[in-house]
Amino acid sequence: MNLFDILGPVMVGPSSSHTAGAVRIGRMAHRLLDEGTPVRADIVLSGSFAATGCGHGTDRALVAGLLGMQTDDERIKDSFAEAAACGMAYAFSRVNLAGEHPNTAKIDLVGASGRTLSMTASSLGGGRIAVVALNGLRVRFSGDLPTLIVQNRDLPGHVRDVSDVLARDGVNIATLHLYRDHPGGDAVMVIEIDKAISAQRLDTLRAIRGITAVTFVGAQEEE
Amino acid sequence: MAIESLAALMDAGAREDLFEVIVRSDCVDRGVTREASIARMTALYDAIRRARSGYDPALRSRSGMVGGDGAKMRAHAQSGRTICGPYIGGVLAQALEMGESNACMKCIVAAPTAGSCGVLPAVLLPYQERENLPDAAMVRALYVAGAIGQVIAQKASIAGAAGGCQAESGTASAMGAAALCYLAGGSAQAVCHAAALALKSLLGLVCDPVAGLVEVPCVKRNAAGAMIAMSSADLALAGIRSAVPPDQVIDAMREVGDKMDVSLRETGMGGVAATPFGQRVAEQMMENA
Repeated sequence: MNLFDILGPVMVGPSSSHTAGAVRIGRMAHRLLDEGTPVRADIVLSGSFAATGCGHGTDRALVAGLLGMQTDDERIKDSFAEAAACGMAYAFSRVNLAGEHPNTAKIDLVGASGRTLSMTASSLGGGRIAVVALNGLRVRFSGDLPTLIVQNRDLPGHVRDVSDVLARDGVNIATLHLYRDHPGGDAVMVIEIDKAISAQRLDTLRAIRGITAVTFVGAQEEE
Repeated sequence: MAIESLAALMDAGAREDLFEVIVRSDCVDRGVTREASIARMTALYDAIRRARSGYDPALRSRSGMVGGDGAKMRAHAQSGRTICGPYIGGVLAQALEMGESNACMKCIVAAPTAGSCGVLPAVLLPYQERENLPDAAMVRALYVAGAIGQVIAQKASIAGAAGGCQAESGTASAMGAAALCYLAGGSAQAVCHAAALALKSLLGLVCDPVAGLVEVPCVKRNAAGAMIAMSSADLALAGIRSAVPPDQVIDAMREVGDKMDVSLRETGMGGVAATPFGQRVAEQMMENA
């Protein structure tokens, strides 16, 4: 843990895991959808999120994050009204997601263009989170560093294609993880990098044959 | 590279100011410049002050159990009838106010957790006013507090679910003790022993939140954590040392946490949470869910 994992986050209470972590989970889904506020959100609360989430404002925190709010936004407690004002419909259900961390939410979003996103994420404590599933594939990333998520067909050469584009921008790779459902099937590359990548390079990546989606999320920290 | 032990911190701090050691470590750890690191810590101190002014005694928590006690304590602190005197009365009030703000969904700074967010502001803000210290000194003390928390997180835990309240309130109190000792001119050795003395005083404290909420007994434990931070800092400044080496105190805290029954680690199933009162509140919360 770094110094600012100990001191911070600056957050609306009462719980770093059940409130601040929940805001970050919602916000991560908002950013992964990548087209502003979603029009519809279906949220599954699991484990401790389902059991004590109400008293901790977990539900309101997730909705606040989906609207793009940060952990220190004092509108978090009024996020249901904000959602109505922004035209975001939402529904909660409580299901035990077997095998997941006790503080987990699964979020299905529909964006204004009809684009959809399915994300499962866990709140690990102290406000830190991990995305554990994305559009049906198991993944694991925190969003602490700038993160590039490339979805592609599982074919030879894509890692080279992507690392080549990053190298052209002088972007250093911190970590690289590959996930797939089966050989030759759907795959996802999660690449944590040391600095942001340009919009132009993202388009270069999107133009590569076999790459189906490219998403970039900047470092999630309040400066 | 993060600081790995209090022994390493005492060793490095014997040669140079602790703040310099820690800020350099943060720059390497996060790949940032010294200026960026200090700017972020300064912003954090500003956020602590904003959180203080955000206190509203009229607010009540979701369960209704928490709210208004900080204002009661502040009035009592100024009444001339205190046991501990007006200064310590103000510290107690600050600890309660911050804990209550957290429970009432106001903005706070987790230090190291949201539940224990009142300890550091309670010992630092009144001290700055009494000693008329510049913000820069307080920011340096936050680095010292943070480094103590980092070592504890690395060697043991700062999460109630993992190590009980000793890991949350205990760590917050250790951080506060270290920060105070540093501000008062204590050596690196004194700073680390102040932290160890505080941690030892809260060793074994269980995490037993009523209905699983960060309300009871969490808010009032901030007041206790602040008191122990102050007494531990004074012991260390007097030249008193923890007989058990500071790193071994952290190891003991981890061991106690590992042995703690799961009902006493933030599950809301043991301790004051399991009392008839606690169970009744839990039932009411379930009905309202």
